[in-house]
Amino acid sequence: MAEITRETVRKIARLANLNLSESEQELYAGQLEKIVEYVHKLKELDTTGVPQTTHALPLQDVWREDEVKPSLPREDALSQAPDAVDGCFRVPRIVE
Amino acid sequence: MAYSTLSAGEIGGRVARGEVSAETICRASLERIAALNPQLKIFLAVDEAGSLAAAAAVDKKRAAGQKLGPLAGVPVTLKDNLCTKNFPTTCASKILDGWKPPYNAAVVEALQAADAVVMGKANMDEFAMGSSCENSAFHPTYNPWNPAYVVGGSSGGSAAAVAAGLTPLALGSDTGGSIRQPAALCGVMGLKPTYGRVSRYGLMAFASSLDQIGPFARTAADAALLLSVISGHDRRDSTSTQVAVPDYGAQLAGGLKGLKVGLPQEYYGAGLDPQVRAALDAARKVWEDAGAEFVEVSLPHTEYCLAVYYLVATAEASSNLARYDGVQYGLRAGADNLIGMYGATRDQGFGPEVKRRIMLGTYALSAGYYDAYYKKALQVRTLIQRDFNEALQHCDMIFTPTSPTPAFKLGERMDDPLTMYLSDIYTISVNLAGLPGLSVPCGFTSAGLPVGLQLIGKAFEEGALLRAAQAYQSLTDWHARRPGNLA
Repeated sequence: MAEITRETVRKIARLANLNLSESEQELYAGQLEKIVEYVHKLKELDTTGVPQTTHALPLQDVWREDEVKPSLPREDALSQAPDAVDGCFRVPRIVE
Repeated sequence: MAYSTLSAGEIGGRVARGEVSAETICRASLERIAALNPQLKIFLAVDEAGSLAAAAAVDKKRAAGQKLGPLAGVPVTLKDNLCTKNFPTTCASKILDGWKPPYNAAVVEALQAADAVVMGKANMDEFAMGSSCENSAFHPTYNPWNPAYVVGGSSGGSAAAVAAGLTPLALGSDTGGSIRQPAALCGVMGLKPTYGRVSRYGLMAFASSLDQIGPFARTAADAALLLSVISGHDRRDSTSTQVAVPDYGAQLAGGLKGLKVGLPQEYYGAGLDPQVRAALDAARKVWEDAGAEFVEVSLPHTEYCLAVYYLVATAEASSNLARYDGVQYGLRAGADNLIGMYGATRDQGFGPEVKRRIMLGTYALSAGYYDAYYKKALQVRTLIQRDFNEALQHCDMIFTPTSPTPAFKLGERMDDPLTMYLSDIYTISVNLAGLPGLSVPCGFTSAGLPVGLQLIGKAFEEGALLRAAQAYQSLTDWHARRPGNLA
């Protein structure tokens, strides 16, 4: 039975903030189904009690003094903005 | 004189001694780029003004009697996912078309401090997702050995720049083979350092637990030179380690005698092209004759690597790429509300492979599927790591093909994502384990396409890999061959 239905694709696209066309939804439903079928291979392995690896090498917390240092100037940060006003990024309406 | 055949070490030495100016070298590189880039499409942007200014600064420094850095006047190509201040950085994506970063990546700062000259930004698969450079939103890149074939990916432009003699050095990034696979397909050397060896500040993130920046070069000595320049801790990248950086160039002497080399049978099974296998067998004979001892090792979870990779890498990518939303920089699509603007911007800005991976990663992380996919993949990643730890107790390094096939034809694999993913079958495990991997040219197919072998080392033992490669290069001339069709 298909795991990745058109409805699943629409739901994932919503979560990922991607507006997909009807034809893209159709395409990804088929392709993701094939890829998910492939990764089911992992079910062959019993991983009971095996710890998860999130990073290849052990990382540890690093502490430093809390010093005030210069950061990127506001005008530099805004220089590439699609729309800026009064030192802020401007975006379309959020609340109706 | 043909500066395009000089190594980085030779150029740096001549510039430091005043035998040639950095400007002359820079102009020669610009001329070669102008002559070959229209047909090969290696660069997305050439920084003519910036490179000439950097070269002039090096010459001025020398004239003033100041000591020059180790890469004095050496032209370098950058993959276009490395931020260059006030110079376009696109990740080969429409969503960043025209964007000029307000800062330099740490590796760019390191190159400048070493007196290198950055020539421009090379093509890649969009957001480093792909194995052929065909996923670039702008154009594919054509293989210098035969333009009907791909250059590999995702750092295909960087590999091709070195193969075509445009610059002796280049930088790329490697998440699942994106340095090593194009190096193999273009007949140059490509090194993915140990996870944490090089600062990723200013590298646009794809999969943060796997990404690493590394060098392309023709010779082991040049790769060592560039690796020494870019390695080291950086407080702006908390995953860069405090492990001391050796002078890799000083570690090159020693040869292959007495070296214990592991052969994992899992990397020599079905799917390996017979001509690639033959080149590997011939290379092994050279190593054995030079005194290396080959032992069988086993990496039993090899067949699960691809599945683990495509869950882990896409999950991380779906989070990392959430930042491209049309608010602060890059493309913004018109819409009358914020949520609509996000969705329209991302739909218009991202290409098909990037969307596919964002979708897969979002799925793997979503409620109800997290345990079955993402968590399971992280557990199997532990088993893969244990395989490598065990195997590397019985040998000094592991010897495999870099890619199961030589370069394939443009368009050949674009319709089937899974077949394209198989291009990285021998390289992704190394990122999952966090180890260093080096691809070294080791022959050609009957059609004249390059073949690469991969050396996988213990963590932070890049020096051992480069030393073995240096010895192999002193016994063979594969690395010295040039694409015959290029002037």
